Order: sequence, then C-alpha cells, then structure tokens
Amino acid sequence: MKIEHEDLVRLYEDKLPALILDEIRKEVPSSISKEKLKIVLEEVYAAYTTAKINPGECVGLVSAESIGEPGTQMTLNTFHFAGVAEMNVTTGLPRIIEIFDAQKTIKTPMMEIFLNSPHNQVDTIRKFAAKIQETLLGDLVSEYSLNIFEQMLRLDFNQSLLQQHDLSVKDIVQLLKTKGKGFTLQHDDRSLTFIQKGKSEDVKDLYNLKEKLRSTKVKGIKGIKQVLPVKRENEYIVLTSGTNLRDILELPEVDYTRTTSNDLYEIFEVLGIEATRQVIINEVYKVIEAQGLNIDIRHIMLVADTMGATGVVKGITRYGVVSEKASVLARASFETPIKHLINAALEGEVDYLTSVVENVMINQPVPLGTGLPGLITKMK
Amino acid sequence: MSRQVHKKIVSIGFGFFSPKQIVDSATAKIVTPELYDREGYPVDGGLMDLRLGVIDPGLRCKTCGQKLKECPGHFGYIELARPVIHVKFVRQILDLLKSTCKLCGRVLIPDANIKRYTSSLDKTGEEEGFESRRRMIKEIVAKYKVKDKCPHCTTKQEKIKLEKPYNYYENDVRLSPIEVRARLEKIPSDDLAIFGFTIEHFRPEWLVLTAMQIPPVTMRPSITLESGERSEDDLTHKLGDIVRINQRLFENINAGAPEVIIEDLWDLLQYHITTFFDNAIAQLPPARHRGGQVLKTLANRISSKDGRIRHNLAGKRTDFSARTVISPDPLIDMNEVGVPQIMAMSLTVPERVTTWNKEYLRKFVENGAKTYPGANYIIKPDGKRKTITAETKAEIIEELDVEYIVERHLIDGDIALFNRQPSLHRMSMMCHKVKVLPGKTFRLNPAVCNPYNADFDGDEMNLHIPQTEEARAEASILMLVETQFISPRNGLSVVGCIQDAITGNYLLTKELVLSPQEAIDLLYSCGVNDFSSLPQKQKIDGKEVFSVLLPPDFSFTGRDKSGNEVVIIDGQLISGFMDKANLGQESGLLLRNIYERYGAAYTADLLGKISKLGIAVLSRRGFSIGISDMDLSDEAKEQISIALVKALDETNSLIDDFYAGKLDSLPGRTMQETVEVRIMEALNRARNKSGDIAMRQEGKESAALIMARSGARGNPLNIAQMSAVVGQQALRGKRIEKGYKKRTLSYFKQDDISPTARGFIKNNFKSGLTSQEFFFGAMTGRDALMDTALRTPKSGYLYRRLSNAMQDLKVEYDGTVRDASRKVVQISYGEDSLDVSKTKGGVVDVKRIVQSVMGAKK
Repeated sequence: MKIEHEDLVRLYEDKLPALILDEIRKEVPSSISKEKLKIVLEEVYAAYTTAKINPGECVGLVSAESIGEPGTQMTLNTFHFAGVAEMNVTTGLPRIIEIFDAQKTIKTPMMEIFLNSPHNQVDTIRKFAAKIQETLLGDLVSEYSLNIFEQMLRLDFNQSLLQQHDLSVKDIVQLLKTKGKGFTLQHDDRSLTFIQKGKSEDVKDLYNLKEKLRSTKVKGIKGIKQVLPVKRENEYIVLTSGTNLRDILELPEVDYTRTTSNDLYEIFEVLGIEATRQVIINEVYKVIEAQGLNIDIRHIMLVADTMGATGVVKGITRYGVVSEKASVLARASFETPIKHLINAALEGEVDYLTSVVENVMINQPVPLGTGLPGLITKMK
Repeated sequence: MSRQVHKKIVSIGFGFFSPKQIVDSATAKIVTPELYDREGYPVDGGLMDLRLGVIDPGLRCKTCGQKLKECPGHFGYIELARPVIHVKFVRQILDLLKSTCKLCGRVLIPDANIKRYTSSLDKTGEEEGFESRRRMIKEIVAKYKVKDKCPHCTTKQEKIKLEKPYNYYENDVRLSPIEVRARLEKIPSDDLAIFGFTIEHFRPEWLVLTAMQIPPVTMRPSITLESGERSEDDLTHKLGDIVRINQRLFENINAGAPEVIIEDLWDLLQYHITTFFDNAIAQLPPARHRGGQVLKTLANRISSKDGRIRHNLAGKRTDFSARTVISPDPLIDMNEVGVPQIMAMSLTVPERVTTWNKEYLRKFVENGAKTYPGANYIIKPDGKRKTITAETKAEIIEELDVEYIVERHLIDGDIALFNRQPSLHRMSMMCHKVKVLPGKTFRLNPAVCNPYNADFDGDEMNLHIPQTEEARAEASILMLVETQFISPRNGLSVVGCIQDAITGNYLLTKELVLSPQEAIDLLYSCGVNDFSSLPQKQKIDGKEVFSVLLPPDFSFTGRDKSGNEVVIIDGQLISGFMDKANLGQESGLLLRNIYERYGAAYTADLLGKISKLGIAVLSRRGFSIGISDMDLSDEAKEQISIALVKALDETNSLIDDFYAGKLDSLPGRTMQETVEVRIMEALNRARNKSGDIAMRQEGKESAALIMARSGARGNPLNIAQMSAVVGQQALRGKRIEKGYKKRTLSYFKQDDISPTARGFIKNNFKSGLTSQEFFFGAMTGRDALMDTALRTPKSGYLYRRLSNAMQDLKVEYDGTVRDASRKVVQISYGEDSLDVSKTKGGVVDVKRIVQSVMGAKK
C-alpha cells in the first residue's frame, strides 16, 4: 500500500480495531487508488459493525458453555507426550482444571527458555542446558560408606559423571566447606571423607550429614530438574521440567522477552498480572488445540480476564472468583450456602439483585439480553 | 384491558432479629409440646397452633383469616428457660470473647491505636470480605495480648478456649451461656464497629438465644397417612423436643431442683436447639427418628444439590411442558417439531378473543376438549377459569365474547421450545414450530440432532409452550433453529446434512445419470415445482439435478473431502462431488457460503431440500451394506499383507537390536522406552497404510466404501479394522503391559515383547479374532469406558463452576464487559468487540471484501 494512503486508513483508527486495519494494509494491492481504498474501508467498516456484539449479550455464559460443552470430549489421560516425545506434560481436562483452579502447585511445571542470538545454536545450546540443570551431590556419588566405629563418612564419586559435568573433587570440596560443621574433611581425586571431630555418642549425626550432603546443590539453577534442547523453527531453545523463572531471567544468555513458564503463580510474581493473563490464554489454548477441539480464543480470554480482574490471580472456585460476587444469593447458590447466609446476616449485607440467579430465585426477569432494557409507556 | 401492577423486588437485606423482635413478630407463644387434642384439633399454644397458619383444608388461620394455600403462615416463639448458644455463631462468639476485656468489655486495642486500625480494617473488609477482616482483628489483638492486660482497665485477661461444638472454657473453667451472654452484653456498640458489624441492627448478645422463633406450620406441613394417622414433619418433631425440654427446665427451676439436674436439662436443650439448626455437626451425634433415620433440619433443608436453593429456587418446575421419546422424520422441516396429537390436545395456547378472531376461536370451543383442534378452558375477563365440557359447552359458546381468553389446543405453526438434557450449550434449547402428527413420539429432522446431541436409541426430549405474546416473540426471533446455525463457540455451523443425505448427494453428483422423468420425480419429491432450469436432454446428469436447487446467481469454488476442486458457476455445479466437506456440519463450506449470502431462512430451506433430495436418491437407487462390502480385491489383499509383513519384520529387527543393545535410544529415553515407541510407530504406520489401501481399491464400489468416502459414516480406520487389520491396542498411550508376572496373558512366555504378545491384533473383524486378541480388545474397550465414566462428572463440575463464576458478565451499552457489580472485566469484548456467531471463524473477512472491490472495478 502506498504511504500517501496511510492518512485515509488513519481516519478509521477509532472505528476499527488495529488488527483489522493491519490486515487491510496487508491485503490491499499497492496500486490501489484512493477511491477504491475508501470503498474497501467503508465495506470493512460495514461488515465490522454488523458483526459487532450486541449490548446485553451474556458473553460470560456463552464462554462458559463454549468451554464446558467440549469438556466432555477431552481426554482424562494426564500424561501425554509433547512434541519430540520426551518429556511428560499434563494435558487434557486435568490441565484445564489445574489452570482454571489456579492451583498453587502444578503437576508438571515447565519452562521454555529462548536464548539470545549467539547462544541459540546447536553447538552452544547443550552447554547452556548443562549449565542450568540442577545437579545434586547425590547424583554424582556412586557409593556412600558409613563407618560407625571410626565415625566417618566416605563418598565415592562416579568419575564419568564428574567429567560430564565438568567438575573435579576439588570443586566439590570448595562447595562443601561450610556444610560439614563438626567434621574434618579429607579428599583424594575420587572420594571425600568426613571424620567427626571429637567423640559423639550420637550415630545420627553422621546419617544426617549424609542426607544433607545428598541434597546439596552442586551446580545449576534450583528447581530445574531436567533440560532438553529442542529445535524450534530456526533456532534452538531449551525446554525444562521444573521451573525457576526469576533466576533464569537473570542469566545474560536468556532472551527475557520470550522465555516463559507454565506456572501461573510464578509468572504472576515475576512478571505481573497481565503476563499471567496471557499465560492462561496460551496454556488453555495449547491444550484445546492438542485435543483437536475448536474454541474461539475470545472465550478463553474472557475466562482469563475474569480470573485476573482484581489484579491478583483468582481461581474459578468458591474461594476465588465466586467469593468475589456482590450478591449473597449468588454466592449461596454455588457452594456452602449456610456459610454465606450466616456471614451475610452478621455483616448486615444487602443483596441488590443485580445478577442472574437471584432474579431467577424470586421470579423476576434477569438483567441480561432482552431483560436489560427498561421500557416506560404511558397507559391511557 | 385490565391494568396490571407489577411489584418489583429491589433488594433483599440480611440481618438479625433481636429477642424483642422475635417476640413482637410472633403471633403465638408456644408453651406445650402437645400438637392436637382428642378430637384431632390443633391445641392452642401448641406447635400446630392455628395462629401459625393452616395446613388442613376447611380450617381458617386465626391470624389472617385465610384458608389453606392462601395463608402464608406466621411465626411463633418460645421463651427459653435458660439462654442457649446458637451453633452457627460459635466462632464469632469466640472471636468476640477473645478480643474483648472480660471486665469492661472494651476491645483489647489501646484507644490511641483504634482509629489507625479501623481504617486499614475497613480496607481489608471491603477488598477481601468479612472473613479476612475477622482474621485481621485476631492478629491485631494477638499483638496486644502479650501484655495479658486490658489497655483500658488493666484487668488481667485469661485464655479462652472453644471446645467444639459449643462449650467455652476460660482456664479450664466452663463459661455457661449466661456468662457468655453477660460478657457480650458489655461490649460497647462503638467497639463493635471495629469488627465490621452494622451497629444499628446488631448486638452480640443476640448470638446467644433467649427466645427462639417457631417457624410457621406451612413450612413444616404434616402428612395424613392412608390409615388416617398423622405423620409430622422432621422440624415439628425437633421443635416438640425443644418445647418439651424447655418446659421441664422451667418447672425444675421453679421447683428449686438441684443444680445437677438443671445443668443436664440445660445441656439437653442446647443439644436439641443445635440439631434443630443443623443436624450435621461433626462433633454431635445427629438426632434421629425412632427408626434410626436422620432428621432433616433447617441447614440440611437449604444446602446441597437437592436443598431449597439449588433444587427449588434456582431450578423451577413448569406447566405447559411435555416429554416423550424422539424419533426421526426427514420429511418435516428443520425448524419444525412433530408433536403427537394426544399431547397437542392437552398442551394449550391462550388466545384472547377480539372482534376479528371471535368466529375462529368459537370453532375451537365448539369442538370441545375431546375433538382435535378444540379448546380446554376459557378464562373470563374477571379472571375466572371455566372448563369446557359437554355440559358447559353451549353456555360458554353463548357467553364467549371479546376480552375472553380461549385456551385452545396446539395447532400447526404454534411456537414451542424444544430441549434435550444435558443442556450444555444454548443450542440445546431451540424454538421449533409445532407440527401435529399421529403417533406418540416427538419427531425431529435428523439435521438438528447435532446441536441437541440427540440420537434415536431411546432418547427423550422436552417441549415447552410459551404462554405470552412476549415470550413467543422472543422465542421465535432469538431462538428459532435457523438463528442458531452458527455456534458461538467457534463460528462454525452446527447443522448440516448427515448420513443418508450426504451419501445420496454424493452418489447423485458423482455418478448418477437420470432420465427427465426420474429427475423431475426426484426434484418434486423434495419440494421443487419449477423445473425450468433443468436442461432439455434425454440424459440428465446428477450434477444438473443438484444444480436446480442452487440459487441461480451463486458462484463458489472450494474443495471436496478428497481434495478435488468443487466449482459452481451461476448456480451450476460444474465439477466436484457433494460430500461432507461441503454439506456436513462444522465444515459445510458450501452451506456456509450460502448462509452468508442468502441468510438463515434461505439456508434452512435449501438444507431441507438438499437433505430430502439425498434421501430420495438413495430410496430410488437402493443402498445397503453387507458382509461382502468388507471383501478385499486380491490385489489389495496382497498389498496389505506385504505392508503388514514389512512392519512385523521391522519390529522383529527392532527387538533383536534391543536385545543386542544396538538400538540408539531417543534423547531423554531409555532403550526400553525407545523400542516401545518405535514398535508402536511401525505398527500404526502399517495399519494406516492398509486402511488407505482398502479405501483406494480400484473398481470396488461397496456401500461401506461410499459412505466412508463421502464422509457420511465411517472412516478409513473403520474400514481397515473390518477388512484388513485391527491393529495395535493401546492402553494409556502405550502397548499393553504386563498383567501377569512379566507377561500380558498366561498364554505367552515371560518377557515376550513381540507384537502379538503385547496387544497387536493382526486379524480383522471380518475374519474374527483369536482368544488372546479378543482379550486385548476387551482391555482397551474397558479402559475407554472407564475414562468416559470418570470424565463426565469432572468436566461437569468444571462447567458448573465456570458458568457460576461468569453468568453475570454482560456487554454494556458502552461496549465494555462488566460483572453484576459493574466492575469492568474487559474494555471491549474479546479485544475487538466481535460476536463469534456473527463472523466466519471469529474474523471479519477482509480478503474477500478487498477482492470483491478490486474485482468489481476491473
């Protein structure tokens, strides 16, 4: 499209959504005359106005129906193989429920880490992946020997694993210096020995030390249990199981504009509510697409917006969104009615009957659709 | 016309009755547990006192003078001999006791700080609700508790504990309800505001009852059994216990009985009153009938799915409705519903008599209730209803005049709402026009099965007849079948040709050549009278017959199911076959385009004609499947067995490699997992391939293949399973794993991982399965059944929560989406304010507009 026509398109900025204007800019041939462009704009505007939603439309219920109805067709199988058939991901109905409940701990936390351009190639990606994977001391040890009489604990390392992780026993000694209080530390190049200082009657100390050492982080980022470099279009990205968005985003190699996690609360804490909304939409849409269902994105958007409308993530549960309702009767009709009635009495609440169920209860028209407008006529 | 005054409820307030209000609002003081005297007449001052309302025909209420069903019932009260704690408020009482001084009753927060906290409390109360506010007060008070002294009168505070369900202890000394009440009385009203109570209508001592309301008899009616015996309601039983114990307590106190006896009775009274309010308290044994059945008291009446709120208030029963089995009738229109005549004679439509329709309505009355288009009742202008019988008929015809209302039988063309449960989306209840038919089932056009998700294996459906002009107008404008074609879920059509209608049109447009007589016969049978557009030839192609139905100015290019181009120019089908891709639901490209250009009513009509045409073609040509449809040509047999042998060879070499340890494992997988995945892949590939081979057989034209190709029923997989190979049975995405020790069935050797030992069925359904194969098939079948059985309640609950959370979101006049308290949820619906059901897949088709504008000017 010619630049001089831009002014004309601009005129419609208040009338048409930006996406449609962009599509016009793209679709219209560059040779178009001003008159024809005007006709196109007018016709698109006309088509847009006829397709616009009517005031009073009960969009919430339509969205609930649109997601609830195909819910019966979704699989219940929790685990499914995603993409290249490696890592387990919660999909189907359990995942949808997990998201809409806004559950604090999710079954399979995952991240997609995008890297900045020099790092996102085949040769560098593996190094990065190995760097962030959380390695515990226990993973490297091939044998623990507890000697109760001499009160010492020896750790033998798996040499090949050490090499793989680019570590030596010396590095580990550096890390463990502070861990063994009350023990003296000796090492050679394949094992470590802790010897208790002074005599202690308690054998438990040694055992506790062993357990403590086993779960000591040697390298990597906390929470990243598994890493998997994958080719996505023309770059390599890292999929992880286990998340730690905050620490990952601080790494200089990471492209912080695209890296995401599938944990709503983590996203909320690190990136805020708007990002959380987008993650809800993306995650739900992903599941629905994987199930071969077809649900318009607007419905998912509305659910996501309902969950985030107060500025914090609220699940679609009796403790979340439903508890926010102004109407006592609406809350009581959902779950735990007695509790709501009692609190309403204590507080002296008044129900102004502005939503749907209360009006159904007292046989009055609901303020939606054709029940919304009031009409006053003079009667003779 | 009589003027009607409608009262509107604007708001409902919740609050407390003070003891004084309880007494003032009561019509009777209940003093005796007796119900009836010897004549069976309610006792004065008893629980069935006539001042509390009437439940017996013939008696009149002593308070309002009205009869049964007119009197709403009136509350009574009893005065309690000793105060009793209301169970539902034990937590609140505990909080109040803990956070106020035992001596002066002030909040345990220093005066200087009260103001500061109140504002922050108000904020939490507003944002997070009453409960969090209470929690916060507790925290604040806990902060000052360290000093253990009241900041106002420096009295030392003791620790107060609640022993569930309703006993309070202060340093292990029990506080009697009298003491609790005395302490609550001391709390000054100003301090109550800190707790968030509205001080005008609330005093904390009211939480300890001194007088109790007796619910009216109308809410606990007794049932008279056949034997003439009376069976009282659970609530009456419970109230009887309360009154009896209360009277005993009074007597004992007056007689100066020992304290132990009084304490015991008092406890018993507390128990009865507690179970009267809620009979499902964890720490208390529930009160029971003599037979051991648990009593249903107040709280149990309200809560749960069959409680008052969800069962009676949010869900209602309705008159003018009907329910019966459904059966298909492809010959009625899509927006019609066939109603059995018997039903049409008892479902009625009220029609007001005017000067213009007086004669017309008189005919209905003349027919009476027993001949079909008749009438059952008339309603006089004064609102009185008269039954039309043989005796009253003459009189009614005589007096029938303007302003009367005739309730006439249902006739063709009346508006009805048709519904099938579960009503999961709005297309589950649509408006149809009545078509009265003989028989006893509802008839519907098979094309609307999909939106209702109905089939005819015994499904039943409901019919409702709207009774007012307003309701009928709304139903026919907003809910008529053709207005619901496009689903708001994804902007695709929910109706389309199904089954025979698709097969018939596929055959017609693909291969049939007809004589003019046959063509005219076909078209006439689907409602076409104008044959002028039919070519004047001796041999008429099926495509030309189909084209007669299309609008003459319609042009369309698309693809059919197998990818061939479908071209329609000026209402003539030039190439391509009509199959599911063009006529079916969801996809239905051709119908979609017609809908956009010619509108809903036209599409409904056309779809009806196309369906009828398809069915007519089939009934003239003949169409049936048999076992021989599954026969394969020698060539296909050969190809399939080659494909299978190849796949089995591949798996064998995979297994060999696995045992030899030569297999390259997939990233992140063990070798074991890798071999499983690769075997699955190889076997599934073989099955898909044999399906394709079976579908593509040259020269083979069996009915099963035609159906699968046209998309009417069946798919390549079904064909493959019946005629070639059933294939690998998968449990949870894996091959069938060990059920016995290291093997799937005892027939196999341990650790056998060959295809046959892990659920591969190499036979087909026609040849029959071996025992082991049959067993594997049963395993996956059971798994699928379990999955559906577990999924339905889960997704149902998710749906209920979603709809409850979002039911009051609506688009306001300013285009924003807001909830009931007018909080904005979205600035503009779906970011662009587009209605999905008014668009094509949720977008405005800019491309088409640009093309049409550019094309038009060329």
